[in-house]
Amino acid sequence: MAEVLVLVDHVDGAPKKVSYELLTLARTLGEPSAVVLGKGASAAAEKVAAYGAQKVYVCEAEELDSFLVAPKAAVLAQLVTEKSPLAVLVPANAEGKEVAARVAVKTGGGLLTDAVGITSDLTAEQPIFGGSVVVKSKVQTGVPVIAVRANSTAPSEAPGAGTVEQVTPTFSDADKAAKVADRVVEAKGGRPDLGEASIVVSGGRGVGSPENFAIIEALADSLGAAVGASRAATDAGWYPHQNQVGQTGRTVSPQLYIAAGISGAIQHRAGMQTSKTIVAINKDPEAPIFELADFGLVGDLNTVVPALTEEITKRKG
Amino acid sequence: MNIVVLVKQVPDTWAERKLNESDKTLDRASVDVVMNEIDEYAVEEALRIKEAQGGEVTILTMGPERAVETIRKALSMGADKAVHLTDEALKGSDAVQTSYALAKVLETLEYDLVIAGSEATDSRMAIMGALLSERLGQPQLTGARKVTAEAGSVTIERQTDDGYAVVQASTPAIISVVEKINEPRYPSFKGIMAAKSKPLTTLSVADAGLDAGQVGLAAAPSQVVEFSNKPPRQAGQVVKDEGDGGTKIAEFLASQKFV
Repeated sequence: MAEVLVLVDHVDGAPKKVSYELLTLARTLGEPSAVVLGKGASAAAEKVAAYGAQKVYVCEAEELDSFLVAPKAAVLAQLVTEKSPLAVLVPANAEGKEVAARVAVKTGGGLLTDAVGITSDLTAEQPIFGGSVVVKSKVQTGVPVIAVRANSTAPSEAPGAGTVEQVTPTFSDADKAAKVADRVVEAKGGRPDLGEASIVVSGGRGVGSPENFAIIEALADSLGAAVGASRAATDAGWYPHQNQVGQTGRTVSPQLYIAAGISGAIQHRAGMQTSKTIVAINKDPEAPIFELADFGLVGDLNTVVPALTEEITKRKG
Repeated sequence: MNIVVLVKQVPDTWAERKLNESDKTLDRASVDVVMNEIDEYAVEEALRIKEAQGGEVTILTMGPERAVETIRKALSMGADKAVHLTDEALKGSDAVQTSYALAKVLETLEYDLVIAGSEATDSRMAIMGALLSERLGQPQLTGARKVTAEAGSVTIERQTDDGYAVVQASTPAIISVVEKINEPRYPSFKGIMAAKSKPLTTLSVADAGLDAGQVGLAAAPSQVVEFSNKPPRQAGQVVKDEGDGGTKIAEFLASQKFV
């Protein structure tokens, strides 16, 4: 069976959930090989093997973390050239898409981003215009490089050989042009990443103040959810910009999306419309968010959200 | 410091956006079009750097004839001149092809920085900075929420999922900015008047020295095979809070097995 390269997103060797989803998807296309790059990569080998990786290409060169994006693309492109895989799958997050873009230029392969499904003939399904149109696209030249969104496939285990192969990279000067001098974590720890969380709780203008986001966070924590915010809330400085869900922020597609105090302007809908189940809480019965909510509650979030948190905590016992 | 700002004309997000039935490319003709919103932040950032350090700001746009409206807007904000790459042969080009065309034009311009918006509201791929960096062999400084440019070097704060990364490079460099970076100005009346007489160079595929076999729908490395308009989501149940709103939502969540 033909090899499918999967770029693993990981933190110090701990793969993110999206990596397991991609390996699961890759198994339907061919024989998955995991590509794990950067600090701690070796530690991921066993974990990705559990999800079907037959081979694990590992490279821990220091350049992969000390320079932005380009070195990762160099190693991945090198593997594409050496292994001639059927396709390359990467997570459709900011860095994954940029790696994919560079690999496509280096290898001459066509590029598709934001896929939510891939069929056996390598046709990718992509929701566009905020999910109002679904396109099926195909790469016409070279090895297809496809960036796949988190939460597109349910990850399932299936043991693979997980044979580790160390990659000796060659970096050009251009690969080492953008130096990462520092990485600063601002997010409070303990919550899942917004991009791949199964549940997202978002607050908007109706939250009213930065302090009041505490009730949104408390609800999120009761559900093990990530916290999002509408543009109105991030523009007002109530919540960090990286948590913005919407057209100019992150696109999320969780199992459950709870929108509190968000009217549901097109700009916000573009980032969450493909969520499986949507719950909305808003004072205004005319708010457009109710048009797409599976369950809508017309009421004041200041009383409803804490009551909901309490009820969930009680039920979870 | 000379800066080229990449500006894209896109369908207005508020309008109904469609694909053409015939060739499955973006319908740019029947919708209201605007400057890609995040590109306004790119123009603003370039103007601020220019105002502090001198130099020239050039707008570079690839797009149909009517994209000139968007170019005028960027000029009215205060950019000095513009280059418009426009040719029927470019229609249907995908992102990888577009980066080829833009890189070819950039090779003919003198700049210290290229600044783009981090993504366009129509395609939402967010990769043009990386593509151009790869093609031009110049450093990629993308997703910037802060840019500090000095003679010969530039440092950004790249927004990440959990915070930011400080990334440094020498110029020339390819930057893309996120909307957090600034608050774009509105064009003044004076700016709008001045824009009408600012230099605008129009380039065809041949003028730009592009290989016609590398651009356009027929040669696109990725193509839309088919598409369908998704029926809008159906509204579900909407209930009014009677003091038991929290419980009602919890019951719904339980019925869906979330709790």
